[in-house]
Amino acid sequence: MARRPVTLIAGGLAAVLLALLLAPLAVLGLRADSVALSGADLAALRFTLLQAAVSALLSVLLAVPVAKALARRRFVGRGALISLLGAPFLLPTIVAVLGLLTVFGRSGWVNDLLGALGLPQVSIYGFHGVVLAHVFFNMPLAVRMILQGWQAIPAERFRLAASLGFGPAETARHLEYPMLRAVLPGAALVIFGICLTSFAVALTLGGGPRATTVELAIYQALRFEFDLGAAARLALLQLAICALAFALATRFTVPSAFGAGKDAAGGPPAPAGWRRGADGVCLLLAGLFVMLPLLAIALRGLPGIMTLPPQVWAATLRSVVVALASTVLAMGLAVTLALAAARTRRVWPGLVATLPLAASSLVLGTGLFLIALPLTRPADLALPVTVLVNAMLALPFVYRVLAPEARSLEADYGRLADALGMIGFARLRWLILPRLARPLGFGAGLVAALSMGDLGVIALFASEQGATLPLLVQRLIGAYRMDTAASAALLLVSLSFALFWAFDAGGRRYAAS
Amino acid sequence: MLHLDHLDMGQGAFSLTADWQLAQGSRLAIIGPSGAGKSTLLSVIGGFLAPRAGRVIWDGQDITAAPPAARPITTLFQDQNLLPHLTIAQNIGLGLSPSLRLTAKDHRRIDDALDRTGLAGLGPRKPGNLSGGQQSRVALARALLRQRPILCLDEPFAALGPALKTEMLGLLAALADETAATVLMITHDPADARAFAPLTTLVAEGVAHPPTATAGLLDAPPPALAAYLG
Repeated sequence: MARRPVTLIAGGLAAVLLALLLAPLAVLGLRADSVALSGADLAALRFTLLQAAVSALLSVLLAVPVAKALARRRFVGRGALISLLGAPFLLPTIVAVLGLLTVFGRSGWVNDLLGALGLPQVSIYGFHGVVLAHVFFNMPLAVRMILQGWQAIPAERFRLAASLGFGPAETARHLEYPMLRAVLPGAALVIFGICLTSFAVALTLGGGPRATTVELAIYQALRFEFDLGAAARLALLQLAICALAFALATRFTVPSAFGAGKDAAGGPPAPAGWRRGADGVCLLLAGLFVMLPLLAIALRGLPGIMTLPPQVWAATLRSVVVALASTVLAMGLAVTLALAAARTRRVWPGLVATLPLAASSLVLGTGLFLIALPLTRPADLALPVTVLVNAMLALPFVYRVLAPEARSLEADYGRLADALGMIGFARLRWLILPRLARPLGFGAGLVAALSMGDLGVIALFASEQGATLPLLVQRLIGAYRMDTAASAALLLVSLSFALFWAFDAGGRRYAAS
Repeated sequence: MLHLDHLDMGQGAFSLTADWQLAQGSRLAIIGPSGAGKSTLLSVIGGFLAPRAGRVIWDGQDITAAPPAARPITTLFQDQNLLPHLTIAQNIGLGLSPSLRLTAKDHRRIDDALDRTGLAGLGPRKPGNLSGGQQSRVALARALLRQRPILCLDEPFAALGPALKTEMLGLLAALADETAATVLMITHDPADARAFAPLTTLVAEGVAHPPTATAGLLDAPPPALAAYLG
C-alpha cells in the first residue's frame, strides 16, 4: 500500500530528532580536551555510581513491604494514598529538596525533635542527604511499579493457593517471590538510571569533592571554571554511563508505573494478626514520608505568597511559557511517532522516541552550549534550548503512554477510517483526537509538570535576570532566603500540579463528551 | 464487472489465488473453512492488503493500487463499523464527507437513510446506546449513502441472532436491488448463501474458486466443501 503522510512526517521528525540528539554529542567529541580522566573526574564518577546504586537499592527494598500492604489491604483512602505516591514523580526537584530541608535540615522538624529528646542531630548534606532525596523521589515510584506486579498475579492463582491451604510464607515463596524476581531488577535499573543524572539534588544537598555527581561537575566546569574542554570530557563520561545503564535496562522488562491503582477483585489474601498491624505501620510511614515535605512547604510558604518579589512573577511567566511550549513539542513528536509505529508496525519510531533516555539534560545542554557559543550569547538561547531539551527528555515517557493506545486505535478503527477516506486533518479531528484524548491529556500533563519543574539545562544557560521559577528557588535557597524560597516553591508546585490536572482532566472530559 | 486477474494473495507460507470475473449486480456468497483466506480475499479486493501478484479490475479499470476509499467499494467489517465517540448521524455522515463537512442537503439525505433503515429519530444517539441489530442498520445506512457499486461484507451480521440476521439480509437485499450493487458476502451458514446469493465461491486449499450456482454447489459439494459442511 502507498506510504501515508503521517509515516513520511514521522520519518522527517525522527531524522530531525536524531540530528538534534547527535549533533551536540558530536560537538562534545570534538571539543573534549582529553579522554584521560582526572582525579576529580574519577571521584565524581565513583560518587555518581555509588549514590545511584544505594538509592536504587534502598528505594526498591523499602518499596516492597509498602507495595505488599497496598496490594492486600482495602481501606478508606487507599486510592488517595496511591495517588499521593504518584506525586513525587511530578514534584519539581527543587521543591522536594526544600521540603526535605525543612523536615530533615539543620534546624528542621526532625532535628528539633531529636534535640528536645537529647539525641544527636542528623545532617542532610553530603552522601546520605543525596540518597535521602533520591529515596523520597523513587521509593513511591518503585511502590507503584511493584504494586503493578502484585496486581498482575492472576486472582485464580491466589484462589488455588487458598484451596491448597498455603499460609503467608508459602504464598510468598510460590507466588510472590517469582513475581518480585521478575519485577525488582527492572524497577531498580530504572531508578538507578534516574539517579545517575541527578543534578538539582546534588547541586543543593551535595557538592564539594566528596559529593559531586558527574552531572554537577559538568555544570561547575562550564559555569564556574568556564573550562569547555573539561565540560565536554565530563559530558562524554556521563553519556557513556547513561548509555551503558540504558543498554542494561533494555535487557530487563521495565515495569510500568502509570497504570497502578485499580482495585482488581480478589487480590492476595489479607492475613490478620501482627501482619495487619505491620502493614498499617508501613503505609503510615510511607504516607508520612511523602506528605511531610509537601506539608512543610505549604506551611512555610503560605504566609509569604502574597508578598513575593516581582522577579518571582517574571520567572513564573517564563516557566509557564517554557512548560507549554515543551508540551506542544513533545506531544506533537510523541503522537506522530506513536501513530507511525502503529501504522507501519516497525520499531524505528519507538527506538527514536526512546533514545533520549541515553542522554541527560546537562549532556545535551553542554553540547548545545558549545554549538551556540560561537554564534550568539548562550543566555539569549536559554529558553528555546530549555524547551527543546525538556521536550526531548520527556518524549520517552509520553511515547510509552501513547504507543499502546495508538496501536489499539489503529487495530480497531484503522481499516474503517481508510475505507471511508478519513485522511489528514479529518482523521486527526474525528478519529485520533477523540479516541486518544485521555492518554494525550495525561501525557501532556506529565510533560507540562516535568518541564515546569525542570532544573537542568536552564542552569547552564540562564543569565542573572533570565531565570525560570525552579532556578530562582534554587538561587533563593543558595542565598539562605528560605521563607521567600518556600513561598516561591509553593507557587511552583501549585502550578506544576495545576498544569498536570488541567491537561489530564481536559483529556478525560474531551473523551467523555 | 469485477475481474480478479491472476491474483496471488499469499503471504509467506500461506497461499491463495483467484482468477475469475463477476458480472455487475451479482450476489456472491464466499464460503469455506476458517483460515482458508475468505477475509484475505475481501481485504485484497477492498484495498486493505496488497496482493503478491495479479490485478483487481473494475469495469476495465485497474484498481489494484488504489487506496481503499478511492475504490468503488463499501466494506462492512465483522465489527468496528462505527466510531463509538460520534453520533449515529455523524457515523452515517462520514460516508458523505470524511471530514464531516455536511450541508443541509446532506443532513436531509442522512435522515432519509435513517428512515429507510428503520432508525428514524436515532440520529443524535451514540452507538453504545443502540442494540447490535440497530448498529448493523447504521452501517447499512452509510453503505446506502455512499452508493458504491460493490458491497463487501465480512460477516457483519455474525453476532446477531437468527431472526435478526434474516431481517438484515432482507434489508441488505432491498438496498442492493435499489442501488444495483454487486454484493460479495462471507458466510459460515449455507442457508444464508442459498437464501441470499445465487452464486457462491468456495475458498479452500489455497484457491478462491470461480463462482458457481449456489444450489448446485451445495447440493453436490466437492470434497473440501463436504468436509467443511460436515
